Amino acid sequence: MKLTLNVWRQKNGGAPGAFKTYEAPHVSPDMSFLEMLDVVNEDLILRGEDPIAFDHDCREGICGMCSLMINGAAHGPVRGVTACQLHMRSFSDGDTITIEPWRAAPFPIIKDLATDRSAFDRIIQSGGFISASTGSAPDANAVQVPKNFADLAMDAAACIGCGACVAACPNASAMLFAGAKIAHLGFLPQGQAERSQRAINMVSQMDAEGFGSCTNIGECSAVCPKEISLDVIARMNRDLIGASLKGVEPTGVVAVPAK
Amino acid sequence: MTGVLTLYRSSIGKKVIMAVTGVVLVGFLIVHMYGNTKMFYGPQVFNDYAAGLRDLGHPIFGHEHLLWVMRVLLLASVVGHIWSATVLTMQSQKSAYARGVTKVKRYEKKQRRTGYAAYTMRFGGVVIFLFIIFHLLNFTFGVAGYSAGEYIGEQGGVYNAYNNVVRGFSHPLVSGFYILAMLALGLHLFHGVWSAFQTLGLNNEKYTGTWRAVAMLVTAIIILPNIFFPIAVMSGIVHL
Repeated sequence: MKLTLNVWRQKNGGAPGAFKTYEAPHVSPDMSFLEMLDVVNEDLILRGEDPIAFDHDCREGICGMCSLMINGAAHGPVRGVTACQLHMRSFSDGDTITIEPWRAAPFPIIKDLATDRSAFDRIIQSGGFISASTGSAPDANAVQVPKNFADLAMDAAACIGCGACVAACPNASAMLFAGAKIAHLGFLPQGQAERSQRAINMVSQMDAEGFGSCTNIGECSAVCPKEISLDVIARMNRDLIGASLKGVEPTGVVAVPAK
Repeated sequence: MTGVLTLYRSSIGKKVIMAVTGVVLVGFLIVHMYGNTKMFYGPQVFNDYAAGLRDLGHPIFGHEHLLWVMRVLLLASVVGHIWSATVLTMQSQKSAYARGVTKVKRYEKKQRRTGYAAYTMRFGGVVIFLFIIFHLLNFTFGVAGYSAGEYIGEQGGVYNAYNNVVRGFSHPLVSGFYILAMLALGLHLFHGVWSAFQTLGLNNEKYTGTWRAVAMLVTAIIILPNIFFPIAVMSGIVHL
């Protein structure tokens, strides 16, 4: 396959960026999207140019590092996959592909296609955990979880925190991410004690990070590589309204570094 | 009380304000539509309805008292709805239009994979707001949309609402604008009614189809008759 790539190049967060065009003449349809970029980079290095920086790690769709806006769609044209699991057979010979980084003020660009997604880490830090002294490992079935709740918790826990939801959202809202994390622990018995505090803290942190507000469009769920449902947002709203009316105040808001 | 404040400070709390005020306004729209169907019973019934609104709740409420309570509630809902929408839109645009140092608003047009209605909420809201202003100037105050002498105000406790509606909708431009505004309102309601359930946390995968159907039904109940009123006047079904 012969492809033309339109890639966003930006030296760092402070420098202006622009699209640059690259030819990719020898692309195998069996390559993953990231392998295709590797090949382009090899060529750039041989020519003494700066290779395209992009985030990646496991390359098997479970780490949440890859983060490419491909032809205006987060993770590209195929539903339910990350960019690393997207294969070049999803494109046609002679295509021009536009590749951009995630686009949201709370995700500043580090370089080229790599963005700083620490905002998500701080949302988790503010309440996305269970604090209980566990002692030695308990028996596997000491705390019983009904199968349907276990399934729902697992569906929400499938979120890999890649940020595609924010990138796809016209409001750059992080509510699908925050909702998934709140729902994942809220469905389990171990998560009940801190359920109200968790909702208040994580939503406060999300607002403090400067993410937008949900208008229930659903682009997030449509691009989510783990196909997280909008239900988690409704659940987060329910948890937050309940927690607020109970008088729970935010406690764990983490300082947002200046950008 | 602090709980309400915590809720109000969060983005979701402002969405709750939008949902609750939206529910109030949808209730008003249904009653308003129902009241207008009285135009099909002739001038007497319609004008009595206009006069009767002033004596709503009589004899417990005095003349126009309950009407003013409802007007204040509606005005507060409109203000709350627009205010929360404005604050949330500003927050979202700050997040989404990450110009950074590039001065480029967006790199590339984002692909849309969802329906049209959700994308028209803000623009549609502005259209609806402008429509409400025109609607009040038109039928309530009679200062816009009429030729000289067509609008007849209150005459000693007698209202001429029927005359005003028929003469008002006889202008094709006025009727056209009403119909267009109702289509905008239809899109707004179709997404808005479902959104209210989602925002108030009453939605999940099991019920989302039901709430979509409810949204479609509410939209149809409000919009179809409202579009039919100007058509009925222009086609002569309702006449002086």
